[in-house]
Amino acid sequence: MSEVRDLVKGKVCYHCGDKVEDTPYLLDNRTFCCLGCQTVYQVLNENNLQSYYKYNQHPGKSQKENTADLSYLDESNIAAKLVDYKDDKVSIITFYIPVIHCSSCIWLLEHLYKLNPAVAVSTVDFMKRQVSITFKHNELSLRELVTLLVNIGYEPKITMQDVVKEGKKINQKDLIGKITVAGFCFGNSMMISFPEYFGMAEFERQYAQFFGYMNLAFGIPVLLYSASDYFKSAWRSLKQKRLNLDVPLALGIFVLFFRSALEILTNSGAGFMDTLCSLVFFILIGKWVQQRTYYHISFERDYRSYFPVAVTVLEEGGERPIQIADLKVGQRILVRNNEIIPADAILLKGDASVDFSFVTGESVAIEKTLGEIIYAGGRQIGGAIELEVVKPVSQSYLTKLWNNESFKTQEKKFDTFIDFISKYFTLGLIAIAGVACVFWLVGGDANKAWGAFTAVLIIACPCALALSSPFTLSAALSIFDRNKFYIKNTGAIEQLSAIDCVVFDKTGTISSPKSSTMFFEGELTETEWSLLSSVCRNSNHPLSREIVKWLGPCTVVPLDAFSEITGKGMEAISGRVEIKVGSASFLGVKSVNEEGSVVYVMVDGDLKGYFSLEQAWRKDLSLVVDRLKANDYELHLISGDNARRSDALKLIFPASAQLLFNQSPSDKLQQIDAWQDQGKQVCMLGDGLNDAGALRKADLGIAVSDDINNFSPGCDAILDGDSFAKLPSFFAFAKDAVKVIHMSFAISLTYNVVGLTFAVQGTMSPLFAAILMPLSTVTIISFTSLTTRWFARRRKLIG
Amino acid sequence: MSIIFFLIGCSVFIALIFLGAFFWANRTGQNEDMYTPSVRILFEDEVVEDEKVLEEGVRKTDKK
Repeated sequence: MSEVRDLVKGKVCYHCGDKVEDTPYLLDNRTFCCLGCQTVYQVLNENNLQSYYKYNQHPGKSQKENTADLSYLDESNIAAKLVDYKDDKVSIITFYIPVIHCSSCIWLLEHLYKLNPAVAVSTVDFMKRQVSITFKHNELSLRELVTLLVNIGYEPKITMQDVVKEGKKINQKDLIGKITVAGFCFGNSMMISFPEYFGMAEFERQYAQFFGYMNLAFGIPVLLYSASDYFKSAWRSLKQKRLNLDVPLALGIFVLFFRSALEILTNSGAGFMDTLCSLVFFILIGKWVQQRTYYHISFERDYRSYFPVAVTVLEEGGERPIQIADLKVGQRILVRNNEIIPADAILLKGDASVDFSFVTGESVAIEKTLGEIIYAGGRQIGGAIELEVVKPVSQSYLTKLWNNESFKTQEKKFDTFIDFISKYFTLGLIAIAGVACVFWLVGGDANKAWGAFTAVLIIACPCALALSSPFTLSAALSIFDRNKFYIKNTGAIEQLSAIDCVVFDKTGTISSPKSSTMFFEGELTETEWSLLSSVCRNSNHPLSREIVKWLGPCTVVPLDAFSEITGKGMEAISGRVEIKVGSASFLGVKSVNEEGSVVYVMVDGDLKGYFSLEQAWRKDLSLVVDRLKANDYELHLISGDNARRSDALKLIFPASAQLLFNQSPSDKLQQIDAWQDQGKQVCMLGDGLNDAGALRKADLGIAVSDDINNFSPGCDAILDGDSFAKLPSFFAFAKDAVKVIHMSFAISLTYNVVGLTFAVQGTMSPLFAAILMPLSTVTIISFTSLTTRWFARRRKLIG
Repeated sequence: MSIIFFLIGCSVFIALIFLGAFFWANRTGQNEDMYTPSVRILFEDEVVEDEKVLEEGVRKTDKK
């Protein structure tokens, strides 16, 4: 056996690439880390799908974790809600499969028909991590289809909020249509205007009117269709007695059209139609660029995407899955290991050990006694339990917490620079136009007065201004995205630059759930170590595996008896020695005040010691804190856990930082409010539902997560744990982006001033306007994009 | 030179046809997924002797 171990030392699983630790699974001369991976390999082999492994090395996902119960998919009303389309023969359903990550995944999922001929077509959308499957439901039920996907390692994530369906509603098709029409008319009207610009000989003059009418024809759809949003927005803004940037834009567009139409119809000039089309085209592109997101994480998810679709209900006839929304008070439900408790319920039967870390932030599972109420949102760790529902799902503690007053969504309005400028811009613009007009009227030249008035309104149209913000922020957004910092929208970036106070949560935010260190307190002899290792080998529980890893290579002792109670512990007998390993209640000892998971070891009735697994701080935490301190940010810590590790934290955080422990979700919220009252712009970093209120209340809420597909409520941005060290650079880069906006604003103002000097003299020709508009636009677009990238390179965020 | 009326009319008409084609393509979802087709074309067709699999492969390409 030891030779085999030498052989596989340092080998990786052929399917998923995980290190193979102790007993490898061998098949066809290949090693696998667990039975799950080996099974997937077998299934693929039997169906001639070995090419899966050809496109990538180790394309699979580790199959070590076990999967949930799928019996609810047999219920026709639940299934009907999930499928997109159903007729006599086929059903179409779209699944969200978060593990899709490479071309092999696409290949395998699109060749699903090879595994089961009842699957007609399957199409993958890689960026959205979705697969759309058309299958014959008479030959293959929905549950069998999902089981098939699970068996090959691609489990779909099905939750109460069907994120897939809601994603379909968001579309930008309207805007694309408007841009297309504007671009079409822009190109055509520019061509028609060339004769006018290049000068026409006398005999060509007779066609001038024809060209004019053609231009008018091209201008009409642009005015009525493409620019319609701006008119609507300007009107709405005026009704509210506010002046946003759309007001001068709409004014400029309207004056352009009006003057051009007048000139064409009275045959007194060529009009500015191509300037109109180009203006609308460019500002619509700016709008499109601003709305474009580079990822498919939905920030609109709420608590429902945390819950599963159905729960098992116990009735006289047996067990039956029903939708969570249909749960009634008084029904008995069965919650298995690792399942979420969907509604406030009383424990009737079984040993409940509930992990409320998502709701309250406490990382230790709470043991509940029979007859005690268990609140919705907790996850059961251990055997199956039976509960009786006392409150309907929509009124449970969890949803109350979610719908708390403090969470009420007034959609967070970020104050942007553009909003600030636009207030003064319109007034200044009208003032200048008015002055020019009056000047010429007084001078006696009514024609020039009209010409100057309209020219000012046209040339000062803040096209370049309206573009500087979207292009800069959109470039910044894509750079953040590349660094795994996903921001909800461009307004949040400007807010990011205004932050001066940063507040951290502890568990899961500055400590990493992925890396934990194990400590042992107590004494064990050499034989007892080997015995412990042999016992723990037989368990699949992650804590047992950590213990085995921590102990390292030990001689394996044969066991005469072994039994494991899920979630509680194990006991074994070897020879005359009896050993028990597990939680405090399992062993019947008093628990020690330790944070995190504690595993006690008892040999022959004597408590010999305990292991405690503590989350380690994230890599570079002190670096991040030091850099933020150096940039004059005020730092604080708020935690829902107890003050056990405050000494270590005092070393990391500066002396001026406040470290608060044992804070409930509402305490956190009030504390953020207090700091905001001091005039600070507060940024909160947290995770889980217990921070949701604080994240919403703060001026900017960032959720730190190691699995970005998980639901993070109430945040404005999601930071992947791997990029935590870059946080100070992100803050600095946001400030740079705002600097770029200011600079490009200065440039566009210069263009405006140059244009205005010609406009007030009443000598602005159509050619001049037609050149100035695209020129200023192109300058702004290239300036903002290049400068943003230059700043990003300086901050080492790209290349 | 009055042929120019006809010429401009023709070119605008053809341009409008293409505009319509663009809207049709957008509505039928051509631009919904910009990334996956680039991966899809790099997959190789496998040589299969099995007639049944051949027939299914043909059915799949027909559906495209």
